[in-house]
Amino acid sequence: MNDAVETVRRISGVNPLKCMKCGKCTATCPAYDEMEYHPHQFVDMVANGRLEELMGSKGIYLCLSCFACVERCPRNVKPGALVEAVRLMVIRQQEQNHLKPQEIPALLEESLPQQAITSALRKYRR
Amino acid sequence: MQVNGQFQPTIVAFCCNWCSYAGADLSGTNRLQYPANVKIIRIPCSCRLNPMFILRAFQRGADGVILCGCHPGDCHYTSGNYFARRRMTLLFNMLEFLGIERERTRVEWVSAAEGAKFAATMNDFVATITRLGENKRLEDLRCKSK
Amino acid sequence: MQRIGVFVCWCGSNIAATVDVEAVSQALSHEAGVVFSTNYQYMCSQAGQEMIQAAIHEHRLTGVVICSCSPRMHENTFRKTCERAGINPYMVEIANIREQCSWIHKDKAVGTEKAIILGRAAIAKVLLNAPLTAGTSPVTKRALVIGGGIAGIQTALDIADAGFEVDIVEKEPTIGGKMTQIDKTFPTLDCAACILTPKMVDAAQNEKIKIYAYSQVEAVKGFVGNFTVTIRRKARYVDEEKCTGCGLCTEKCPQKKVPNAFNLGLDTRRAIYIPFAQAVPKIATIDADYCTMLKTGKCGVCSKVCTAGAIDYHQQDTLIEEHYGAIVVATGYNPIQLDQFDEFAYSHSPDVVTSLELERLMNAAGPTGGTLLRPSDKTHPHTLVFVQCVGSRCDGGEKGKPYCSKICCMYTAKHAMLIREKYPDTEVYVFYIDVRTPGKNFDEFYRRAVEEYGVHYIKGMVGKVTPQNGKLYVQAADLLGGQQLKIEADMVVLAAAIEPDKSARPLATMLTASMDTNDFFTEAHPKLRPVESPTAGIFLSGACQGPKDIPETVAQAGAAASKVIGLLVKDHLVCNPCVAESNELMCNGCSACEKVCPYGAITYIDKEFRGPNRTTLLRRIAQVNPAVCQGCGACTVACPSGAMDLKGFSNGQIMAEVDAICR
Repeated sequence: MNDAVETVRRISGVNPLKCMKCGKCTATCPAYDEMEYHPHQFVDMVANGRLEELMGSKGIYLCLSCFACVERCPRNVKPGALVEAVRLMVIRQQEQNHLKPQEIPALLEESLPQQAITSALRKYRR
Repeated sequence: MQVNGQFQPTIVAFCCNWCSYAGADLSGTNRLQYPANVKIIRIPCSCRLNPMFILRAFQRGADGVILCGCHPGDCHYTSGNYFARRRMTLLFNMLEFLGIERERTRVEWVSAAEGAKFAATMNDFVATITRLGENKRLEDLRCKSK
Repeated sequence: MQRIGVFVCWCGSNIAATVDVEAVSQALSHEAGVVFSTNYQYMCSQAGQEMIQAAIHEHRLTGVVICSCSPRMHENTFRKTCERAGINPYMVEIANIREQCSWIHKDKAVGTEKAIILGRAAIAKVLLNAPLTAGTSPVTKRALVIGGGIAGIQTALDIADAGFEVDIVEKEPTIGGKMTQIDKTFPTLDCAACILTPKMVDAAQNEKIKIYAYSQVEAVKGFVGNFTVTIRRKARYVDEEKCTGCGLCTEKCPQKKVPNAFNLGLDTRRAIYIPFAQAVPKIATIDADYCTMLKTGKCGVCSKVCTAGAIDYHQQDTLIEEHYGAIVVATGYNPIQLDQFDEFAYSHSPDVVTSLELERLMNAAGPTGGTLLRPSDKTHPHTLVFVQCVGSRCDGGEKGKPYCSKICCMYTAKHAMLIREKYPDTEVYVFYIDVRTPGKNFDEFYRRAVEEYGVHYIKGMVGKVTPQNGKLYVQAADLLGGQQLKIEADMVVLAAAIEPDKSARPLATMLTASMDTNDFFTEAHPKLRPVESPTAGIFLSGACQGPKDIPETVAQAGAAASKVIGLLVKDHLVCNPCVAESNELMCNGCSACEKVCPYGAITYIDKEFRGPNRTTLLRRIAQVNPAVCQGCGACTVACPSGAMDLKGFSNGQIMAEVDAICR
């Protein structure tokens, strides 16, 4: 399991131990209501090696990658980057993309903000 | 130096007056053993150590030289050990370039409270130098007393 | 040729058990220069010291080597012994054969051999010792305090109380500093002005204290005991001698639209102003940036109404030079700029205020006369949100400060409590990361806010504040409740981090005092010398050294004053004789030594030397000030020409020790 944490740390370039649990990421998150695990819990779970739960969670695909948490984190922990890294871990494990880019337009809801669409492309690019 | 067919290294330790010399005193007060090969020279601050002194020691037949100073940030003179750290990095690189084993020289930060660390460092350093054997490359044979 | 005596101590059995002291004194007696060698049970005892003195007289010794315990233990004892016998105390060297020999070895043969080598090294060194005399330098019995806040005032009062003259330089038109802007103080809730203004008046009336308000330190020269300071007295355009402080001009001035800096821009004042009613000195000042007369030459109202004739539109800055023995830095702090924390909407909404602004909004002498009103529409706020750690405890990169600002937890508890007490109909939320209350009666104070006053303390941060329809929509985290909160607030108060005043960095350069990466002054020792700068003669008072609350600041101010008094009572300072010395014939004036000196002890002078054919050459050479040099030796290694050497630890002496050990 520690290897997996190491991989997440390497992909994201983030040390989750720097987090001082202020909750500014959770306070700022626009997708808060949708997510099973909230950004601050997410950082804590990575720090404690609870990666399997995270990788099985739907929440990682609901993150908008708006990076508001990254922008506002006082300790430069970048929860958004951690989410992306965990997503990448899942994709690598499955050796396939969660979605194919051409499927995305059909899945999009009318009410989704423009930012969600652009970040979806970021999210599923590989 | 060979004593009864066994190699006994000569080791010079430069200790700054405020931290490491006191640390060496503390290891004595606590009766922590380390080999007699180590001879300590007191200097006011690790930044007083001119690289020439190290070269001189090697020239005169020392087998290893170690510099002990205050921990970075704790220097009695505020910034002396930072100067020492830079100078020694340069010197050690040059010595390595000349073919001197990197392990023959060392910088260690020892505070006045770290008697145990001082003794452990010296034990380790003497063992390292004993393994490396005599300093042949830098010794000036003309300076030999015999 | 030196005549050296060697004295080997047994230290009872401490040394004698593992070192054959007789063999050591025998072996060392054959060394070059040694004319006398002996051993004795306790060298440091009265009998032992008398033995050394007798030997010095009998054998006409010029140098002494004592093989005993650590020099940290008895070097001074033996130096004094030798001084009494008539030889220079710096002609004594100690070979440490107890802590660094007998106590760490078990084998007697090994111990004896090492003791002989250590003795030889000490003899080799003492052969090159030269008599050293500690120099003295006179002390100017006058102190300078830079900064006239509570720290500076307290330091000045304490120094003056001991009978020394002291000057305060304050860059604002009045002394008092940040504390004048504060409404109440924690944890006792007394009014800040009520306890500060009497101290300001004391300082002004004390005949030993001279206040240079509206002035700045321009240049500092010299060293401990002998500083020469240039002070710039900025033009007030008002004659300080004539102005009575009646305040008529500040009412008649037609330029009304000047942001009032004392109230942090929450209201306006005139172009000629007295910052607040209890200002010391109470003298009007013209703000040159706004005065119509100074800008266009047309107005002159203040001059017409002034019955004392104090207005002088042609006043210029003046420079004065004063001499001091000690300098106290008390430059204080400021809240940080909040440009980089725009998620809190500080720049978008006037209802988002900093805590210091809230102090003014709650102060009876403030813009609202002490009634808490929203700056935007002057209505009473019903929901207030306090955000802690704004800019404190950040990563330390481009945004914020890496340290804890220390005072915010307590003043936020104070604000929350005062608001709940005065306006029980308000809801007060405090968002915190940690509540830190280490101080006397501090935690009790915070618990009172929670338990008695019903302030809602919520663990979690505020993510963003959105001003909309006259309200502030606050989105925040409640980490313990595991939910995201959305609060409709009327006002948001930000506990902005504090940082050292901007004037501190250039001042530190002038004083050659060191600073950390956050621009706080560094103390000489973080535990044992917390009020002194590593640069001799410079002392630290208050928040310029680190975040501090008022009681701590006052305590440190008193401590700094006692250190200053300790310096000023001396007529002369005895200098450490083991200092660097430059050989002027070898020095090429390259400045390498000056750059590494942590004390600024090295200066350059142009000196005339005799050249060939009766000519003279002017050469730049380094000069070490022995009163400032602390003898670290950094310069000796930096010197490319080998001109710089350290007395007592010279290149030759250390090389001789190396040679003796490696022989």
